[in-house]
Order: sequence, then structure tokens, then C-alpha cells
Amino acid sequence: MSDATSAGTAVGGAPGKTSKSGKERNASLWADARRQLVRDPVFMLAVLYIVVVSTMAAFPKLWTGQDPRACHTDQSRIAPSWEHPFGFNIQGCDYYSHAIYGARPSMVIAIMATGGIVLFGGLMGLLAGYYGGWVDGLISRLMDIFFSLPFLLGAIVFLTVIKQQNIFTIALVLFLLSWPTIARIIRGSVISSKDLDYVQAAKAVGAGNGRLMFRHILPNAIAPMLVYATIVLGSFVAAEATLTFLGIGLQPPTQSWGIMISAHQVYFLEDPWLLLFPCGLLIGTVLSFILMGDALRDALDPKFR
Amino acid sequence: MGRYVIRRLLQFIPTVLGTMFLLHYMTSLAIQFSGNPVRAIFGDRTPPPALLQSITERLGYGDPCLEQKGNPCFGLFLDRVSGVFLSFDFGIDLREQEVTELVANAIPYTLKLLVIAIVFEAVVGIAAGVWAGLRGGSFADNLVKISTVFVISVPIFVLGVVVREFIGVKFGNILRDQEWLPDVVAYGFFSPGFKPDYPFASLLIPGMVLGSVALATTARLTRTSIMENIRADFVRTARAKGLANKRVIGVHTLRNSLIPVITYLGVDIGSAMAGAVVTETIFNVPGIGRLVTAAAREGESSVVIGVVTMLVLVVLLANLLVDLLYAVLDPRIRYE
Repeated sequence: MSDATSAGTAVGGAPGKTSKSGKERNASLWADARRQLVRDPVFMLAVLYIVVVSTMAAFPKLWTGQDPRACHTDQSRIAPSWEHPFGFNIQGCDYYSHAIYGARPSMVIAIMATGGIVLFGGLMGLLAGYYGGWVDGLISRLMDIFFSLPFLLGAIVFLTVIKQQNIFTIALVLFLLSWPTIARIIRGSVISSKDLDYVQAAKAVGAGNGRLMFRHILPNAIAPMLVYATIVLGSFVAAEATLTFLGIGLQPPTQSWGIMISAHQVYFLEDPWLLLFPCGLLIGTVLSFILMGDALRDALDPKFR
Repeated sequence: MGRYVIRRLLQFIPTVLGTMFLLHYMTSLAIQFSGNPVRAIFGDRTPPPALLQSITERLGYGDPCLEQKGNPCFGLFLDRVSGVFLSFDFGIDLREQEVTELVANAIPYTLKLLVIAIVFEAVVGIAAGVWAGLRGGSFADNLVKISTVFVISVPIFVLGVVVREFIGVKFGNILRDQEWLPDVVAYGFFSPGFKPDYPFASLLIPGMVLGSVALATTARLTRTSIMENIRADFVRTARAKGLANKRVIGVHTLRNSLIPVITYLGVDIGSAMAGAVVTETIFNVPGIGRLVTAAAREGESSVVIGVVTMLVLVVLLANLLVDLLYAVLDPRIRYE
């Protein structure tokens, strides 16, 4: 299995450097990619949406002056109106402010977990691919252990056992269960590029292991990792909401899209808007990350030019 | 081939042991930090110490290392491993039921759900992918491309809730008012949850929900790989030889294009099994996912370790089967 995936990523990772030579215009892969991405309306729309959601997460006060905790039970499930565009939830809290404040936990968890897998998974993949031998054997077996645990099932077991369900433990569990994928991607690209001529040349000049790894080999592996990291941000947002929906993620006094969906699922037929607003925001975020990842992949892979 | 299979099977050993140890350590830590899970049987009553002691011993939580915080309990782990592999003894839960028996009761539902999901995603996904891939740039292609992105970005629980409420409750209520419809359609297929009276019909919609996300990925994979292969030299050669279009597409193009799709379907068995947890919760199916969730919540470590270990073995075997299927599909791949 690991042989097959590394071969696959090797093909994806290799074209990064071939594009640098053989171009009349003296442009790097990244400059070309940037030019193509700016002209892509789908990518720009997705970025715009993510910027909007990020500002909701970082500065909720910009978007709403309402306090999500100011609730009156006599206002329970009042339909949307001009002053309260999303209406009121079952407890009579302003639903719009809940939706705005609900962006923060999803985004923070997704960013922390993704940052973790990029740093740790990337390092593990780099070490395994560069040193080979017993280091590779050890890291690969470790990856197999976490890889063979089905993602959601593993998250359920870990979170119920930990019994502390807050932003940090959820991010930690997501990180623990998904770092092997990124390590595999990096390991594949490192193996395919560590014997190339320019690496040999650098070694002949006397570059040490660290310099070889981080200055010469790693830059070639960045592109596939970036694409994967963008898509995984979206799947972490979805995973956080799923875990919360199952009752083992964030717990009710917090505002979160997953809590909004799970608390109002039974009112779907009478008051569908109670479900449509959080679902719409959630799906839009996941969709934007996936579309961004797709556009990045097309822009960074010279085969598609 | 034989040697390859043996080498892969040997690689399973550290992986399975590692996974088991991970689960063992997690559940032991939970017991060490939050106390004896046997107390849960008594609810808020305080049991006589002697009774508690004897039940704890009988259920296998009596090991003194379970009281030392941070102790990895290697002895207990060795007992467990030898129990599982030498005498196929996965332990008992708090009600003294055999874990193997619990799994045997729950697994038929999950298996049915998985088979429905995988058949659905393979048949519809590959068909849609071929349809789109053969007409690159057409309306069909764009339709498949756009609709699959949307399906992928909808989390499975959102889809499940919406389908249950809309199709199972709202549309199903209309159907249940019609007298001419057979009950298996109105009360089985369109029921908002699992019904023991219709053990197959009422699992069809949950199975389709479970398979839908993978269906979209399957369709996209098939589409790209058909588009790549249709321009390949061996396809042009086949056409130049004068083979019928049906044979060129069906044998030369499709067989080669299915390699990444088969990989994906194999890997997906694992995530589908995890996704079954969500689908089982939403549609109230008494399967494996519900068993694990409930066991983890009550701190029944033997159930969690036993069931998850079995699932991990299934995932690993599925991955091995996929790798062997490669050689069947692609004559260039040989294992030695």
C-alpha cells in the first residue's frame, strides 16, 4: 500500500522543478501559479468567502452587536425578521449572532489541527524519506497504526475516553488521526527527489543533512502538501461539526454550527430556517476550501497548463 | 505473489499490536483518572465494598496497575493480546456478555449498510464518471463535475438529517396515506429510521446516504482517469486495429481506468465503516457504530478494544485485497 501511494505522489511532486527550466518567460512555478489563480473567478470567490468567515471568527463584533447569550425563552423559534435576520433559536437567543460566533471554534480547530499535521507530519515524512532504513521502517509502522484506525471511529473513541471536550482536545484528536496522510505525501516526494542531480551536487559541495533536507529537498514537496492542507482545512471544519453533532464535540453553552444543527434537527419540518442557516454556512466553508484546493492543484501542476 | 502476501501479512502484526496498545493505553488511562467503570452499574447507589470488589475482579478490572496513574499496564496488555489471539477471547462487557456475541448481533446491520453503500457508490459513481469522462466538456461532464463538488462538501450528518426529515418523514407521510402502495415501500423503504420488520428495505436509504460522499469521489476519479486513458496510445492502437467501440471502451479504456477507482473503494471501506457511526445514529440502526459509541461512553474498555481491533483488521485486509486486485487489472504490475 505505501509503495503505491508513494509512487502516486512521486508523479505529482516531480513536475515542480521541471517547469523551471524550458520556459521562455523567466517565471517561477509560484509566480505562474499566482497569475493563474488571480484570474480564476472560482478561486477568488472561494477566497472571498473564507475571508468573510475568518473575520467572523476573529472579530465577531464587526458582524453583530447582539450578545448570543442574551436569551428570552418567550421568543423561542420566532421566524427571521428585519432586525433579527436569522430569527431566534429554541432558547430564544438571537440566531444571527449565534451563527457569527459559531464560526470561531470551527476555524480555530481546523487551523490548529492543520498546522499541527503540516509541521509534525511534514517532519516525519521528511525524516522517513530522507534517512530510509530503520528510521523509515519505524515511522512507516507508526503511520500504519494511525492510518488503520478509521478516522471518525478513532475520534469517537479518543474523545469519549479523554472526557474533556474543548477546542484543544478536539484539535489534538483530529491532528493525531490525520498526520500520517501528509507524512506519506512528503515521504513520497522526498524519496523521488533525494537522488536527483542538484541534490547530489549540493552534497558534493558539502551541504549538511539539515541544509539538504530543508533547502534543497523540501521546497519540491511543498506544492502537493499545500494542496492537501487546503482541502484538509475544509474536512476538519466538517469533522468538528460532525463530532459536535454526535455529542462528543463541543458542548452547548459554546456557540458552534454543529451545536446549532444538532439542537434544531427535530424542528426541520416546521422551521426549516433553523437548520438551513448553519448548514448553509458550514457547507459554504467546506466547499470554499475544497474549491481553493482544486484550483491550487491545477495551478501548481504544470501538466494542466 | 505468495511471498508478497506473506510479507504484507507479517507487516500487519506490528500495526495491529500497536493499535491495540494505543487503545489499551487510552482506556487504561481513562480508568486510572476517572475511576472504576464498574461503579456505573450501581448508578448513584453506593455498593458494599466486598460486592464491588468481587464484581470488579470478575469483569477483569481488578488489576492493581489500573489504580496507578500513567502506568501503561503491560501485564494486562499481554493478557489481553494472548486472550484475543490464542483463544479468540475478546473479553466481556459490564453485563457479562461476550464481546464476540455483541459483535455478532450488531455486525449484520453494519455489513448490510456497507454493502448497500459500496454497491450504490460503485455502480452509480462509475456510471456517472464514464458518462462524463467520455464526453469531456459537454453538459453531462459539467453536470457531474459541479454536482459532485457539492455532494463532497456536504458533511454526511447534514445530508442524513435532511434526507431523514424530508424523504423519510415528509415524503414518507404522504406515501403512507396512499392505500394502494405496498407496505414495504411506504413503511419500509421510506421509513425515517431502521425498522426491524423490514430489515433490508429500511436500510436502503441509510446505505445510500452513507455511500453518497464516496459516490461523488468515485465519479470524479473515474472521470479524470477515463479522460487520461482515452488519449493513451494503447487505446488508439485498439481503435486502429478496428475493434468495436464497445470493446475499446469496455475493455481497453475502462479496465485501466478502474485502477485508482478500485484503490479508492478499498480504502473507503474503512471510512465508510466510520461513517456508518453517523448514519447509524441518525437512522437508529443497531449496528457496530452504535455499539462502539455506547461502549466508549460507559468506559467498557474490553468492548472498545475488541471491536476496534476487529475493524482495524478488516481495514488492513481490505487494503491488501486492493493491492492484489491491481495485478489483476494492470498487467504491468507484478508482485514478487
